[in-house]
Amino acid sequence: MIKKTAAIIAAAVMILCAFTACNGNPTNTVSPSDENNANETVKVIRYLNFKPEIAEVYDKIAKEYENETGVKLIVETAASGTYESTLTARMATSDAPTLFQINGPIGYASWSEYCADLKDTELYKHLKDKTLAVTYDGGVYGIPYVVEGYGIIYNSKILDAYFALPDKKTDYTSADDIRSFSALKAVVEDMQANKDKLGIDGVFASTSLKTGEDWRWQTHLMNIPLTLEFNDKNTDFTGEGYKTIDFTYSDNFKSIFDLYINNSTTDKKQLGTIDVTSSMAEFALGKCAMVQNGNWGASQILGVTGNKVSPESIKFLPIYTGAPGEENTGICIGTENFICINAKASAAEQKAAADFLYWLYSSEKGKKFVTDELKFIAPFDTFEEGETPDDPLAREVIRWMNMDNITNLPWNFTVFPSQNYKDSLGAALLKYAQGTMTWDEVKKLAVDEWKNEFGA
Amino acid sequence: MQKTLKKYFPIFVLPTLAAFLVSFAVPFVSGVYLSFTKFKVVNENTWVGLENYIKLFTTDKTFMNSLWLTVKFTAVSVVTINILAFALALLLTKGLKGTNAFRTVFFMPNLIGGIVLGHIWSLIINGVLGYFGVDITYDPKYGFWGLVILMNWQLIGYMMIIYIAGIQNIPEYLNEAAAIDGATPAQTLFHVTIPMVMPSVTICSFLTLTNSFKLFDQNLALNGKSPDTSLLALDIYKTFYDHTGLQLASWHGIGQAKAVIFFLIVALIAFIQLRATSQKEVEH
Amino acid sequence: MKSRRAFKESLLYILLFIISVVFLAPIVIILINSFKSNFHISQSPFSLPNVETFAGIQNFIKGFTQADFSRAFANSAFITVFSVAGIVLLTSMTAWYLVRIKNRFTKLIYYLFVFSMIVPFQMVMYTMTYYAFELNLNNRLGIIFIYLGFGAGLSVFMFSGFIKSIPTEIEEAAVIDGCSPLKTFFLIIFPILKPTAITVAILNAMWVWNDYLLPYLVLGSGSNRTLPVAIQMALTGGYGNKDMGALMAMLVLTILPIIVFYLFCQKYIIRGVLAGAVKG
Repeated sequence: MIKKTAAIIAAAVMILCAFTACNGNPTNTVSPSDENNANETVKVIRYLNFKPEIAEVYDKIAKEYENETGVKLIVETAASGTYESTLTARMATSDAPTLFQINGPIGYASWSEYCADLKDTELYKHLKDKTLAVTYDGGVYGIPYVVEGYGIIYNSKILDAYFALPDKKTDYTSADDIRSFSALKAVVEDMQANKDKLGIDGVFASTSLKTGEDWRWQTHLMNIPLTLEFNDKNTDFTGEGYKTIDFTYSDNFKSIFDLYINNSTTDKKQLGTIDVTSSMAEFALGKCAMVQNGNWGASQILGVTGNKVSPESIKFLPIYTGAPGEENTGICIGTENFICINAKASAAEQKAAADFLYWLYSSEKGKKFVTDELKFIAPFDTFEEGETPDDPLAREVIRWMNMDNITNLPWNFTVFPSQNYKDSLGAALLKYAQGTMTWDEVKKLAVDEWKNEFGA
Repeated sequence: MQKTLKKYFPIFVLPTLAAFLVSFAVPFVSGVYLSFTKFKVVNENTWVGLENYIKLFTTDKTFMNSLWLTVKFTAVSVVTINILAFALALLLTKGLKGTNAFRTVFFMPNLIGGIVLGHIWSLIINGVLGYFGVDITYDPKYGFWGLVILMNWQLIGYMMIIYIAGIQNIPEYLNEAAAIDGATPAQTLFHVTIPMVMPSVTICSFLTLTNSFKLFDQNLALNGKSPDTSLLALDIYKTFYDHTGLQLASWHGIGQAKAVIFFLIVALIAFIQLRATSQKEVEH
Repeated sequence: MKSRRAFKESLLYILLFIISVVFLAPIVIILINSFKSNFHISQSPFSLPNVETFAGIQNFIKGFTQADFSRAFANSAFITVFSVAGIVLLTSMTAWYLVRIKNRFTKLIYYLFVFSMIVPFQMVMYTMTYYAFELNLNNRLGIIFIYLGFGAGLSVFMFSGFIKSIPTEIEEAAVIDGCSPLKTFFLIIFPILKPTAITVAILNAMWVWNDYLLPYLVLGSGSNRTLPVAIQMALTGGYGNKDMGALMAMLVLTILPIIVFYLFCQKYIIRGVLAGAVKG
C-alpha cells in the first residue's frame, strides 16, 4: 500500500511541478538553436503536412526513411482548411513540428520568427528558379517543393464530339482555337444547348460552394482578377500596397463565374451543399465536359470507380475572363507550398530536417516517391528530364510551362489576408449564385473585408 | 478520523485537483487575462487593455449578429421544446398501456452526439429542400429552423421525462377534488396540473436555455461555418481559428474577449436559475 | 360511455404512434441509406434501395477498412472507458474527502469545482489546448487526465450531495476497528455510493463518447482521432475522396452501441440523466 501511495504522490507532484514550471516563467522559452547540441543524434523529425490527399504517401516515406537512416519521421496532417490553426496550436508546444510549411509572403510575415534561414541548405542550392523561394533581407525562409498549375480541365473527347456536330453554331474546330473569353463563352453556351446530343448533364461540373469546399472560387479564381490588378499597379509584395484592393477586374470575375454557374450540371440554387469530390466525380463519370481545378485533381478523376475519361483526353485550358491580352495568357502556375525549418528547434534537429528534405528530393528512392506517389512536379535540378509525374495533368502543366509566347499567371493568392477572408468571399459567392446577393454587394464585400482583415 | 484522513490529501484530492487545475482553472485564469492582450500563442502576449472589447463592436462584424441569432434561437427553442415536451408528458401520463415503450422511443435521440445528429439532419433537410430546388444554405431561415427542428428532436424526450416525473408527483387527491368540483379537463390542466409542475417547468426552461445558448456541435455539423447561421459558440471558434494571417494575434485577443462575454452571459443565466429554483423551494 | 373511452384511447394510440414514427424516422433513414451505394445517397435520400442502388454490406466493409473507422472506434472506446473509470474512482474519493474534512481550503476547492460547471468550454478552449500540448497531454492517455479535470465539477458535486446524507457513525466505527481511510472508503463508502456512481458513470460516458471539440483540439484529426472527429472530418474534408455510403455505415455504427446500451440499461440511464438534469 505504501509503495502505491508513494507512486501516486510522486506522479501527482511531478504533474504539479511540470505544470508550475511552465507557468511560473512564461517568457523563458527554450533558447533557439543551441550550437553545442549540433552533434547529438536526432531520432525524431516532426512534419506538419498540408495536403490531406497525400497523407498516406508520407507514411510510406516515413517508413522507408526510418529503415534507411534510423530517423523517425512523424507526419501529422492538418484537415482541409485548418493548416494555419493547427500550426498555431502545435507551434507553441514542445511537440512543435521541425518541418512545416508557409504559403508565401503572408505566411512568412506571421511565422517569420519560426523560419530558419535555408540559404545554405543543399535543397536550396538545387532549386532551379531561385526567385520562387520566399526570401527576406538576403535570407531564404521558404523553399517551394512542388509546382502546380490550375485552369479549366476539359475532356477533349466531349469537345471533339461538339466540334464534329453538324449543326453547331460556332466556327471553332479545335480546343486550340479557344483563345479568349468570348470564344470560350460561345462554345460553352452552344455546348450547353446541345448537351443531350453530347450526352452530358451540363458543360461545367458543379460549382462547389459548400463551406470549406469553395476554395476553387474564393482562392483560385479570385487570383486571376487580383493578379491583373497587382500587375497594373506594380504592387510590391514586400511593401504595404497589397493591403488594400479595388477589385478593378471584378466584372471579369463575374463573367467567368456566371458562365460556370449558368452552364452547369447543377441548378445554381443548389450549389451550397456540393463538395469538390462530387464535382470531380461528375467530370470522371463523363457527366460534364469541363471543371476548374489543378493538376492535383488527376488522381481524383482517374481514381473514381466507373471512371469514363481516358487519361489522354484530360487537358488544360486557361481560365479566360475577357481581360486585355488574354490570348497570350496561360494557366495559373505557381505554388503555395514552401517548406520551412523551425528556427526554434535545436541545431541538430534542424540539420536532421534539412537532411531528410535533401534525401527526399535527391536520392533515387526519395525522387521515386516524389514523382510516382506524391506526383509532384519538383522544381529542383536533381530531377532529370524524364522524372516527372506520370499523370496527364502534370504533363499538361509542363506543356504550358514550355509554350512559346505564353505567359502563365503566378499564384498571388498567397497574399490573401486570411482563411476568414476566403470563407467570407465564398459565402458571398454562394449567395450571389442563389440570387440573394447582388454582384455589387459581392464586390463591396471583397474590397471591405480585405481591408478589414489586414487592419484588425 | 479527521486527523488520519487529512494526511491522505495527496491520494484523495490531489489527482483530481491537479487535473482540474491543468485543464480548467489555469486555462480559465489565463483566458481572462489574455482577453486584455494580443497573443499569437499563450506565452507571448502584449497588453492592450480594453481594446479587444471595443473591437467586438467595431472591427468585428460577426459578434453582434451571432449574439442576436443565439438569443432568437434560444427563445424559440425554449418555447417549442417545453410546450411539446409537456404535451407529450401529458399524453404519456394518461395511464395508457405501453407508455414505457413510447417513452423509450421519445428519449432515444437524446443519446446521440451533436456531430452525428447534425449530419443526420443535414441529409434529411437537404433531401426535403431538394424537392423545391434549393438547399439549406439558400436562406439563413432554413438553417435557423433546421437547427430548431434538430434541437426539438433531440431535447423533447429529455424534457418529457422530467415533466412526467413532475406530473406523477402531483398528489392524486388534487385531481380527484377537481373532478368532484366538476372541473373540465382544461380547467384541471390550468388550475391543478400546470401550477403543480412549475418546479419542472423551471428546471426544463433553464436546461433548454443553457443547452441552446451553448450549442456548438450541432450548429457546426448542420450549418457548416456559414456566417449567417453561426451561433455564438461557433463564432468564437471561428474567431480563434479562421482569422489566420498577419492579424492572428489581434483576432486571438478578440476571440478571447468574446469568450469572456459568453461566459458572463452563461454565468448570469445560471445565477438567475439558482435564485429561481431556491425561491420555488421556499414556496413549497 | 365505455366505447367512447375506447375510441378516445385508440385515437391517442394513433397519435402516439405517429409521433413515434417522426422520432424514429431520422435513424431509420440513415439505416436505409447505409445500404445504398455511394452516389445514390445525397441524390435521393428517402428512397428505399432497389436493385440498382442496393450495396449490401459493402458500405460497412469499406467504412471499416478505407475510412479507418475501426481505429477511431477503438480510440473512442479506450478514451471513454478509462476516462469514466478514472472520473468515478477519483472524484468519489475527492468528494468524500471534501465533505468529511471541513476547513476553508476544502470549501474553496469544492466551490471551484461547482463554479467550473457553469463555464462554457469556449472560455478555456484556446488556453487549455495550449497547456495540454505543453504538458504532452495530447495523446490518448493525456486526454483522460484532461477529461478528469473537466468532469470533476459535476461528478464531485453529485457525489458530495449523496455523501452528505451518509451518517458518519459507520465510518467512525471502521476507523476504530483500525481501518485506514483508503480501506474505509473502498470497503464501506464506495459500495454505498454505487447508485450515484452508476449515474455519474453514465453521464460522463455519454459526454465523452459524443464529445467533439475537445478531442479535435487536443488529439487532432490524425491517428488518435475519436469517432465524432472522424465523422466530422470525413463529411467535410474536401480533398480526399468522400464516400457517402461508407459514411452512412459509420453513422449507423456510431449510433448502434449507444442504442443497444440504452435498451439494456434504460432504467439507469433515464435515472442518471434526470439526476444530472435536476442538479446540473
